Amino acid sequence: MAVTSHLRTLRQAAWLGWQMESNWTRPWLFIIYSIVRPIAATLILVVMFLVVKQGVANDPLMFTYTYLGAVFFMFVAQVLLGATYVIMEDREHYQTLRQIYIAPISLHVYIIGRSLSKVLLTSLSAIISMAFGLLVLRLPIDLLRVDWPLFALSMLIGLGCILSIGIALAGITFLTAKHSTGINEGIGGVFYLFCGTLFPLTVLPPWGQSIGMAIPITYWLELMRRSLYPAGGIETISGLGEFSNPAILLLLAASALVFLGLSLLIFWFADRMARKAGKVDMTTTY
Amino acid sequence: MLNVRAAFGRAYPRAIGAIREPSWTFFDVLLPLLGIAAYIYYYRALGADPAFEGFVVLGGAMTAFWLNVLWGMAAQLYWEKETGNLQLFLVTPMSRMALLAGMALGGMFAAGIRALSTLLLGILLFNVNMVVVDPLLLVAVFMVTLIAIYGMGMMFASLFMLYGRDAWNISNLLQEPIYLVSGFYFPVKALGPWVSLIAAVIPITLGLDAMRQELFGPVANGLMPVVWELTILVVLAVAFLVMARWSLEYMEGLGRKEGRLTLRWQ
Repeated sequence: MAVTSHLRTLRQAAWLGWQMESNWTRPWLFIIYSIVRPIAATLILVVMFLVVKQGVANDPLMFTYTYLGAVFFMFVAQVLLGATYVIMEDREHYQTLRQIYIAPISLHVYIIGRSLSKVLLTSLSAIISMAFGLLVLRLPIDLLRVDWPLFALSMLIGLGCILSIGIALAGITFLTAKHSTGINEGIGGVFYLFCGTLFPLTVLPPWGQSIGMAIPITYWLELMRRSLYPAGGIETISGLGEFSNPAILLLLAASALVFLGLSLLIFWFADRMARKAGKVDMTTTY
Repeated sequence: MLNVRAAFGRAYPRAIGAIREPSWTFFDVLLPLLGIAAYIYYYRALGADPAFEGFVVLGGAMTAFWLNVLWGMAAQLYWEKETGNLQLFLVTPMSRMALLAGMALGGMFAAGIRALSTLLLGILLFNVNMVVVDPLLLVAVFMVTLIAIYGMGMMFASLFMLYGRDAWNISNLLQEPIYLVSGFYFPVKALGPWVSLIAAVIPITLGLDAMRQELFGPVANGLMPVVWELTILVVLAVAFLVMARWSLEYMEGLGRKEGRLTLRWQ
């Protein structure tokens, strides 16, 4: 019964999220708005690479490392932003959070559902970026040699982990004013810097590497690269060479579980605090 | 006199607002540094010339102004409409340009604090070497760049006034794509002569290129001589201010005719 109810909430919230994102303009304009920004962010890194290395062929391994990291990091940035915006939009802009809050549904499931539209749009951006990388930039990836089972499993766990972190940030948004985007951008920035997104962990100072090793996103990005480029030697430069694929998968699953527990705890605590302080339906206007 | 007071009156909450919420200061300083650090480590991983790390710090500092132009200028009248303030501004007996000038002045102050802190921390944390060849020329380029980009922001503000969610989305769209075509983190010449010349319509492209040349010398691989860039920036600054005045009058008239000045939640 509960499962049916959660699935219904998930479906309706996802549909609502999609409508809120897209139904106010023409589809082609909406697609442009949604995908141009993350793709441009990836292209900045491509140009930086080309300015220094003068061509992908001069260091294809490093280029592939960075390109895949940048493409899959889109999910982290967009989904975290989406999850916090759920609370902010419903509370401040549409002022419907109180109705959602007292409805007989799980707020966690509602937030995940609303974030799914971001997952969908980011998937589109990622597919376009990968196609551009393969066709124009000649990424040395052979789609027939990709380890698809490892890719699918890692993607599933990774997305679950990102969504759970999104729930924690959504909880914190209950307590903050409208400017809470700083929090998710800050967390996203920490992940961008310390999780080996653009460069191998070994480039960071030792304390930075330790931070990276404690965050599941590091293992997720490593698995994304290893599964898409299995014979490329990613592990030789990533700083995680001593771990085999199953070991990294285990590390990802374990750290994702820890983050899930922490996220639920943070959400529960923030929710309690917000209720006590009467902040659930506040409008801060700034 | 009234218009000068109006401009300062509009600038005042921006200047105060910059220090009103302590968490903003924290995020305003920390957030750009995280991105800058990531790009600097990326350049180090690629084995780039250390001057490129300086390009990143300079570009990262200038994002403060660009973001302020987008969100604090271009999208501002849209937000004012959404919160119901626009109608109050329009019934006051002041020049609309004074309102926009006040927004720009206050915005420059707030963004200036953020840019300066990013620049100083970036230089200190990452040991960036910058040598100022001609300080007067550098200051001139910086000031004219600011006037030009804020003039552009004033023009966008009036154009976005009647927009609905497009305003928010267009501002979003003008972030990373502009960082890319304007060469915030690399010499813009790397994009090829045609792309860089087209991107030169955006004043920050030439401003950044000129400042890079002034601070880092030949390694900056400038698009054209700094004096030429300064001359074009002056022309752009005047052009954007004139276009801002014209578009503000036009859009206000259109908004009054179509009854869209108080329309919310489009």
